[in-house]
Amino acid sequence: MYDITIIGAGITGSLIAYYLSEYDFKVLVLEKENDVANGATGANSAMVHSGHDPKPGTLKCKYNLLGNAMYPKLCEDLKVSYKVIGAFVAATSLEEEKKLDELVKQCIDRNVPYELLSGDEAKKLEPNLADDVSKVLSLPSTGIVTPWEVTIAALEEAMLNGVELKLNYEVKSIEKKDDCFLINNDIKTKIIVNCAGVHCDDITNLLRVSPYKTEARKGEYYVLDHLNDTFVSRVIYPVPTIKGKGVLAVPTIHGNILLGPNSDYIEDKDDASTNKGLDFIKKEINKTVKNIPFNKMIHTFAGLRPHIDLNDFYIQEDDEIKNFIHVAGIESPGISAAPAIAKDVVEKILLNKFDYKKKDNYVHREAFIRMDEISDEKKDELIKNNPDFGKIICRCEKISKGQIIDVINRKCGATTIKGVKLRCRPGMGRCQGGFCEPEVLKILAQQLNKDVSEIELNVKDSKILLAKAKEDL
Amino acid sequence: MNKYELIIIGGGSAGVAAALGAYENGLKKILVIERDSEYGGILQQCIHNGFGLHTFNEELSGPSYAQKYYDLIKDKKEIEFLYNAAVIKIDNKDISVQCEKGLLKYEAQAIILATGCRERPAGAIGLKGDRCSGVYTAGTAQKYLNKQGYLVGKKVFILGSGDIGLIMARRMSLEGAKVIGVAEIQPYSNGLARNIKQCLEDFNIPLYLSHTVESIHGKKRLEYITLIEVDDKLQKIEGSEKKIECDCLLLSIGLIPENTLIEELGVKIDPRTKAAIVDDNYMSSIEGIFVCGNSLHVHDLVDYVSLESRKAGKAAANYVLNGLDNSNLIENKVSNGVSYIVPQHFHLKTDIEFMFRVNKIYKQSYIHVYGNGIDKKIKRLGIVPSEMQKVLLKKEELENLQGELNWEIIE
Repeated sequence: MYDITIIGAGITGSLIAYYLSEYDFKVLVLEKENDVANGATGANSAMVHSGHDPKPGTLKCKYNLLGNAMYPKLCEDLKVSYKVIGAFVAATSLEEEKKLDELVKQCIDRNVPYELLSGDEAKKLEPNLADDVSKVLSLPSTGIVTPWEVTIAALEEAMLNGVELKLNYEVKSIEKKDDCFLINNDIKTKIIVNCAGVHCDDITNLLRVSPYKTEARKGEYYVLDHLNDTFVSRVIYPVPTIKGKGVLAVPTIHGNILLGPNSDYIEDKDDASTNKGLDFIKKEINKTVKNIPFNKMIHTFAGLRPHIDLNDFYIQEDDEIKNFIHVAGIESPGISAAPAIAKDVVEKILLNKFDYKKKDNYVHREAFIRMDEISDEKKDELIKNNPDFGKIICRCEKISKGQIIDVINRKCGATTIKGVKLRCRPGMGRCQGGFCEPEVLKILAQQLNKDVSEIELNVKDSKILLAKAKEDL
Repeated sequence: MNKYELIIIGGGSAGVAAALGAYENGLKKILVIERDSEYGGILQQCIHNGFGLHTFNEELSGPSYAQKYYDLIKDKKEIEFLYNAAVIKIDNKDISVQCEKGLLKYEAQAIILATGCRERPAGAIGLKGDRCSGVYTAGTAQKYLNKQGYLVGKKVFILGSGDIGLIMARRMSLEGAKVIGVAEIQPYSNGLARNIKQCLEDFNIPLYLSHTVESIHGKKRLEYITLIEVDDKLQKIEGSEKKIECDCLLLSIGLIPENTLIEELGVKIDPRTKAAIVDDNYMSSIEGIFVCGNSLHVHDLVDYVSLESRKAGKAAANYVLNGLDNSNLIENKVSNGVSYIVPQHFHLKTDIEFMFRVNKIYKQSYIHVYGNGIDKKIKRLGIVPSEMQKVLLKKEELENLQGELNWEIIE
């Protein structure tokens, strides 16, 4: 019997597991996909908003502000990168300038640091702002982060401290027993935390008619390669409208630029295909920035935001079913809010359910080895100890065989080509895996003791090699 | 610090030929740094025939061509090879190399970049649809098949009529896969005429000109693509969509010179070739840094890569032994149908072979070369974008030239 079972290994579920792992509970994380961070967590703007934007009085507002403050320490603890780079909200008309004044009021009310700049002042700092930009709200506390790195690191550390993770485990039935739940006639647990993203309502419907309906809102993005000349050094927002925060230009932790997203309601909650949104982004992005290096475009993707019809996060114990906890509707600013949501769910809900004590033998994870972040001397030493670190596999991102083996053989390790890519970046560069994918595939097969033909690209059954030459056909 | 007269980065066809050229012209200490475990680069996965007609007067496979060229230098103690070694940084003439022995530092009087090219991936054209498996660049599929012995698809469609895609159409057909068709967005093929004949027509594989892939579909593995026709402005024609079932889409949509290292160095880049601007000595905008082969511009044949790179090796040797050519540089200007030219600028001291490509098919036309002191029309029949044009101008023709040299096509 588990004390707590978390359904969904996105950033919120994983951080809940991470905070719980300090205590002596028996915790299980269930994930229907073959890797963690495969839903909304893996495809978004990869940033931590300052908290200037959400409507006053909402949970989105509360947790965004708390989350922004928590990120630097959280990332230090988890040994992942976090950078405070600031953001500009760029107004291009008198009407939009008035909207900036409303945002300023919210900043004052919420203690969010801000500064108002004239168009000219702002363009000195960001020369690629569009000519029409006339006034800018600067938000220096805005940060950037790689959300899947936070998720993977959180689960790795949680697992080092006893949390269990089951991948490829889809929850199809939940029965409420007297003192526990029975999942798929298989797993007994005292408490369920529903972090299933776009499928939160489907999970709840297994027990009762869900008090909310989850929809998927698709957001598409362009990814640009590393640039030798800075395009933008901060996040650039347009002035928000009733539809949301608009199309952004976002520098990423690893030196790429994201352009997006749009926002489209879609019927199929698992349809993360790119579509016409890309054309929309190409048009909209010109409102705030110019000289966009589209010739450096290397990738496009779409993410699905879990939107619920209550228009706010829904974080509480179910009002009918005891010990069933909803963490639903975690759309934007979900990444920003996730640490604060997770901490509150643990401290304000879950800890009240048990007598508990803290573990005295808590283990910290080691950081992923980032050879691009260490000195030549350190690199040399690393290679002398293990020659695999000298063998470059990904030429674009300069990733060595040693780094790839490391991310496969950890707790919450990579099992797919995409899993390796998310953890240490081979395939994230300008050739998009054209050169390194066959090598990564061989390393995965060796390390996992599988045949090369069994290795998958991303989701279950996404095999790469279909037949041996002159055989099997 | 390990010191060399010349360090060549890349041991493919360009690097090996550059080493030969430098050796023939008097250099005694040459190092070729190669990230793979053997010389030859991409040639090693090109097991089809068709290499070497110009160089060796016979048709060879890629590995045989590489072997035969390497044989020309293998006994030369003046040329050393460092394998399994990746250059991660060039700082002035200091080179940082990551390999299994550690992080090594080398220093050279001259450097030749012979780093080849890479394939344009799906992301670079914003291909719409799912992120299923089954979408590969043609070269990656070639590596999986020829180096690892596996097919990446059984029902294959190919986007782009570049030569690697055509070669893979034949190769996968021979291995038993069904190749359904090839789509090319342009109204003409981008591959060599002989490849259209030998790889598509001989296998009854249809070529859809003025067509492109609108989107790809499949939750796990590719299930189908949507093919769409384009008009003469390359705009998609709505209503012309066709669903084509396949489990694999190969992309052969262009090659891009691999120039990350020199971009980081700050070498001036020609936006047309997306590679270094060089003079007639293949020297870039930074003194002592040379570029040749497919990392300078993408060639039709390996024979041309070898030829050019051997000359670059010679030029680098001249630079090391005799110093910099300080004479004036004349700029090339391209217009009316000429999409790029190499070299981009040149000295007035020798005969020079200029290489360029055109932007569409010209049936009857003249190459017009003109400037202050020269006005020349060269008649050419059937100039096509997929075939590199070469024009040799004699020293005597160029010597009165002042200002710039203009290149255009007159129909």
